[in-house]
Amino acid sequence: MTRVFVSRDMASVALGADDVARAFGDAGCEVVRTGSRGLFSIEPLVEVETDLGRIGFGPVGPGDVAAVLDGAHAARLGKVEDLPFFVGQRRFTFARCGVIDPLSLADYAAHGGWQGLGTARAQAVQQVVDTVKASGLRGRGGAGFPTGIKWQTVLDAPADEKFIVCNADEGDSGTFADRMLMEGDPFCLIEGMAIAAHAVGARHGYIYIRSEYPFAIATMRAAIAASAHIVAPFTLEVREGAGAYVCGEETALLDSIEGKRGQVRAKPPLPALQGLFGRPTVINNVLSLAAVPFILAQGADAYAAVGFGRSRGTMPVQLAGNVRHGGLYEVGFGITLGELVNDIGGGTSSGRPVRAVQVGGPLGAYFPPSMFHLPFDYEAFAAAGGLIGHAGITVFDDSVDMAHMARFAMEFCAAESCGKCTPCRIGSTRGVEIMDRIIGARDTSHPEDKGKVSTGSARTGEGYLDRALYSRAPNRIDVSIEAQTSLLRDLADTMKYGSLCALGGFTPYPVLSALDYFPEDFGASAPIKEAAE
Amino acid sequence: MSFNRETDHGTPPAIATGKNVTLTIDGQSVTLPEGTSIMRAASLTGGSIPKLCATDSVESFGSCRLCLVEVEGRNGYPASCTTPVADGMVVRTQTERLKQLRRGVMELYISDHPLDCLTCGANGDCELQDQAGAVGLRDVRYGYDGATNMGQAKDQSNPYFDFDPSKCIVCSRCVRACEEVQGTFALTIENMGFDSKVSASQGEDFLGSECVSCGACVQACPTASLIEKAVVEIGTPDRAVVTTCAYCGVGCTFRAEMRGEELVRMVPWKDGKANRGHSCVKGRFAWGYAQHQDRILNPMIRASVSEPWREVSWDEAIAHTASEFRRIQAKYGTRSIGGITSSRCTNEETFLVQKLIRQGFGNNNVDTCARVCHSPTGYGLSQTFGTSAGTQDFDSVMAADVILVIGANPTDGHPVFASRMKKRLRQGAKLIVIDPRRTDMVQSPHIAAEHHLPLRPGTNVAMLTAIAHVVVTEKLYDEAFIRERCDWDEFADWAEFVSEPARSPEAIEPLTGVKADEVRAAARLYATGGNGAIYYGLGVTEHSQGSSTVMAIANLAMATGNVGREGVGVNPLRGQNNVQGACDMGSFPHEFSGYRHVSDTATRSMFERAWGVALDAEPGLRIPNMLDAATDGTFKGLFVQGEDILQSDPNTHHVAAGLAAMECVVVQDLFLNETANYAHIFLPGSTFLEKDGTFTNAERRIQRVRKVMAPLNGYADWEIVQLVANALDLGWTYGHPSEIMDEIAALTPTFAGVHYDRLEAEGSLQWPANDAAPDGTPTMHIDGFVRGKGKFVVTDYVPTDEKTGPRFPLLLTTGRILSHYNVGAQTRRTANTAWHPEDRLEMHPSDADNRGLKDGDWVTLRSRAGETTLRALVTERVAPGVVYTTFHHPETQANVITTDYSDWATNCPEYKVTAVQVMASNGPSDWQQDYARQARNSRRIAPLEAAE
Repeated sequence: MTRVFVSRDMASVALGADDVARAFGDAGCEVVRTGSRGLFSIEPLVEVETDLGRIGFGPVGPGDVAAVLDGAHAARLGKVEDLPFFVGQRRFTFARCGVIDPLSLADYAAHGGWQGLGTARAQAVQQVVDTVKASGLRGRGGAGFPTGIKWQTVLDAPADEKFIVCNADEGDSGTFADRMLMEGDPFCLIEGMAIAAHAVGARHGYIYIRSEYPFAIATMRAAIAASAHIVAPFTLEVREGAGAYVCGEETALLDSIEGKRGQVRAKPPLPALQGLFGRPTVINNVLSLAAVPFILAQGADAYAAVGFGRSRGTMPVQLAGNVRHGGLYEVGFGITLGELVNDIGGGTSSGRPVRAVQVGGPLGAYFPPSMFHLPFDYEAFAAAGGLIGHAGITVFDDSVDMAHMARFAMEFCAAESCGKCTPCRIGSTRGVEIMDRIIGARDTSHPEDKGKVSTGSARTGEGYLDRALYSRAPNRIDVSIEAQTSLLRDLADTMKYGSLCALGGFTPYPVLSALDYFPEDFGASAPIKEAAE
Repeated sequence: MSFNRETDHGTPPAIATGKNVTLTIDGQSVTLPEGTSIMRAASLTGGSIPKLCATDSVESFGSCRLCLVEVEGRNGYPASCTTPVADGMVVRTQTERLKQLRRGVMELYISDHPLDCLTCGANGDCELQDQAGAVGLRDVRYGYDGATNMGQAKDQSNPYFDFDPSKCIVCSRCVRACEEVQGTFALTIENMGFDSKVSASQGEDFLGSECVSCGACVQACPTASLIEKAVVEIGTPDRAVVTTCAYCGVGCTFRAEMRGEELVRMVPWKDGKANRGHSCVKGRFAWGYAQHQDRILNPMIRASVSEPWREVSWDEAIAHTASEFRRIQAKYGTRSIGGITSSRCTNEETFLVQKLIRQGFGNNNVDTCARVCHSPTGYGLSQTFGTSAGTQDFDSVMAADVILVIGANPTDGHPVFASRMKKRLRQGAKLIVIDPRRTDMVQSPHIAAEHHLPLRPGTNVAMLTAIAHVVVTEKLYDEAFIRERCDWDEFADWAEFVSEPARSPEAIEPLTGVKADEVRAAARLYATGGNGAIYYGLGVTEHSQGSSTVMAIANLAMATGNVGREGVGVNPLRGQNNVQGACDMGSFPHEFSGYRHVSDTATRSMFERAWGVALDAEPGLRIPNMLDAATDGTFKGLFVQGEDILQSDPNTHHVAAGLAAMECVVVQDLFLNETANYAHIFLPGSTFLEKDGTFTNAERRIQRVRKVMAPLNGYADWEIVQLVANALDLGWTYGHPSEIMDEIAALTPTFAGVHYDRLEAEGSLQWPANDAAPDGTPTMHIDGFVRGKGKFVVTDYVPTDEKTGPRFPLLLTTGRILSHYNVGAQTRRTANTAWHPEDRLEMHPSDADNRGLKDGDWVTLRSRAGETTLRALVTERVAPGVVYTTFHHPETQANVITTDYSDWATNCPEYKVTAVQVMASNGPSDWQQDYARQARNSRRIAPLEAAE
């Protein structure tokens, strides 16, 4: 019986993988459902087990069964790992994703699973923490804080109870790495959490997954049940988010798990000292925790050998938006933004020139192609006024209206603000109003820009806030583009330095980068960069 | 004292660790305890960092972002409220950059706030206004045409305060005060982002929500969003006087904030050691009775109670009082008259009334309302420990690990202390509740009792002895403590007694109805859970075995070593503002002030020397004895100050008969209360706002009461007593209550160190305060019991004679509710009736079903003593077989039902156990209608003859 592999990843299923799998099953094949390899332009992908190895075909449909089994299908790709998209990758974290049956303990063990946990449990806890420190692993959720130091703080905190919390509330636009890993290699995350629990002395862990990820939730729950005997006495449970972006902020996430309204806490106290239910808590992103089994199994040096500057190891970069080869690309730090967008991503899917990319989700800066020399590195991006965040890259072509994108950033912040701190609660709404005035003034003075279509979801005259705001005619204040742009910069300053958390604090990144790199979209004739911080 | 807001350091003090850190703030070197916030550090050193969401009654929150500062070596601008000080830290709080950021934040605030300052109720008392000025905001460049939260409807449902969401800045201070200070969790922020708004319960109005109107949110609000209606109506206060609340025994201190002679609001005083800046709906808001139209302001007399009252001059009333008392004594003998002191009046006034009786009447016929509440506490604790008072201060609860609440309902009766207790429980202390009812302590937001033992009313002694049985038989007692502090032989006798199998939890389960294993678990927790603190109320004392129960509690505390340090003890929750003081001041017929027996020659001689008369060595009559003697014809005259015995004492028919049999009943009160229906002379009293003096609360804390306005009736109560005394030729010359306290101090060893100048300087003192305890005594019995060795007393369970049977199958127990205070004379004359307009009979659904009764039905409540009619409240708070009602409303007269049974040692009435039957009814009983007619008739006041 022919063995074929078809992804059960949510993205693959959305592209028709279930129908394809069923068709192969009906044809008498043994169908193994795997995670996704991570290149969506070849999904639905079928890999056929042959003497030559797993030969990929994609994209294929249910009607292609015979041709695929015949080996003659036009979409024959050869061995998937030999495709250009894959040969340059360093799959430390995603090594098994797309290869194994995600819920097969045998597969997981056969592919190196549990080696990290075995190593860790044979070591003194301090040694485990030291290994993570030596690996140079930094928080993959966006903040880039050294994971080992966080663990050390929790290890050193005296308490009757400690917790491991995994942040799987992956809410950034254009990101999907957490989901792919949870759907494609859930035991890897469980192993990482069990290692963390051993290292700091925790007995129980929570995985906080956004409710929009039903496949990931189901997969994680099944994997937790299947592996309970292996990670015992450590226990785990999944908590579903309730749809608030801000609950991806670690302290709001902790409040949400505690059953409270998801609202950001002031720091200090650090969650490492007073986290979940007031107890010392390791709270890490999925990718941080999933990197740990490799580090323990292969050694800190193996991980740290890859990277750039103070950014060590690999980053699973996610290419999305208007890009030809969207998908997950795990690579060592240091690759340039241009390589990722043009060489790996293959430029826009529309075929038009790339005008801007947003890196790091909705709070990340927009960069023009002139910045494509930037190496993928926490420090280099920060120096350029941006951030890596969760390593999502969203590509826009030259039809984008960057003023609308700036407005969208403010609108997103207004829609997702928890409402606790003033700069975010009121400032984001005022920001939308300023952008409406600027766009209105621009469209009056430059009628040719009127009705320019944007690729983002920013809309005018409808949706959240718009109904209340858009028709209001400002008066008694200076509504000139110059005055409103100056006010926008002041507001951005107040939000950036005054906000309690990154939601309000980082919203100025997309706004100011759009303003600085694309002043012409804001009705300005010349760049107005001098006031930028 | 002029009006200025109390200093707000922004964040609470750090939890003491004993370590200090030194840092530099704006160039000034400062050393402070570690854990202190930068904001508080700056405030303590005279600086001022702008703030809106921070206030030192709640934990820091970090939301307003006005308090940002610069810290050398740190990125960004940390919020000073949430950032603790650190050694070597260099902080700048005032820089151009910070000004710019703060102005940016304020500009956002004001872009969504009405600009109606001049007509706003909080004008001049608004932190937003102050801070806008402080940061120098001059322009709002966003304009006022954008999105806004203004223009929302006000919620004016609460009778005392308004909620205007348009003026809300969403700082969450109200929400946090409701959670952290009050512990009710009635408020929340609903929606997100710009739409965030304060919501009471689930979007209800305040009156309909779970809000208990403690006022903490109003106090915390920095704007006019939550504001007292009185401030809106009268205007902002211009002066403040610190005084003590005249409601329950917690003894909260308040700033009476005045505008001219008008009281604008009562604001809990942060430095008050009993309440620590918190309040309840009564003390905070329910003071309107002081100006109520029902108040009687002129003295009145009448020849018989069937006649209308006639207003007379003070001179005539006082002279008539004296001549009547002298006439009666001449005709019926020295002991034919007596008096009742008031637990609502000051120590000084109470002392004067008992002095009037002992010195002027020449007998010891003085008693007080403690007779009907905590007299068993006095007896029981004095027998076992040697002092007639609780052992701790209220702060002690914050060090308790296991809290045992017996027969008390603190969230209703002592709400401010309940909030402290709940705070401690939220911190992790464990709770055991012994109570027939499922009170709010048993289960409320973030509070749940580890064990609730819902015993049948009247079985307290059996229950406590069973707990002792477990402690002794499982060897959970503290042998070292007992050997050192108590008499071991007495302990051994007691231990043998409680160990008998008949006293095991299993054996008494049929009596109490409580599962034995639950009793055992509770006993183990109390004995082994760390600091064990017992708090009890009238559910302990108002029984035929009230004194035994108090002693059983004391036994338990001694056996487990839970006496004599912070966090433990035996604590009666005293009912009235000055019931502790009234007892201390010699209000009992057998005791002089300081609990010294009248037969003690040395003490009596001291008083005789001071007062210049011979004093009676025989104890006088207790209240029930006075009434019995009256119906027997030997007791003919009574002086009652500030107490309504007709409504509050048991078996109303008997009280009425006793009063009716007297020839002269003098009532001194604010209102024509129920007792005044049987009075011949009415002397109008003054409120606590109109006089100076002191109250002593449940923790023995003596606090000043200060006059904030002139007495509407012309005289303070102590002056009226002095007028009566001098009409009896006693020659008193007190010019001020401080002189009375000097006399008390001179004659009472436990008060020897109490003087007004010390109270002024220190705020309060806890007795004993004397040479042995110069700073007063927060915790008693630290090195040894006052009586020497702690005494174990064998407490055999004796069932009450009041028994259920076919005719009276249910047990009635009575109590209070949050919004009303005792007989309701004060609270019924305030807007508190919005919450509790009538007394209702709580009954279990099964009992209601059996009788075909529904919630809200009129029912007849009948006992062997009498019957009344009220409406039913069907609830599972009471167990099947138990019914419960309050006694706040004279229309109900719950005490028509209660019986003559009383405590064996002190005659404290058995209010908590009455066998009753409940049946459907069509409305008020004949008796109620007759009584209402008689009361109306008796309250008639003859129109004044035209003077001009």
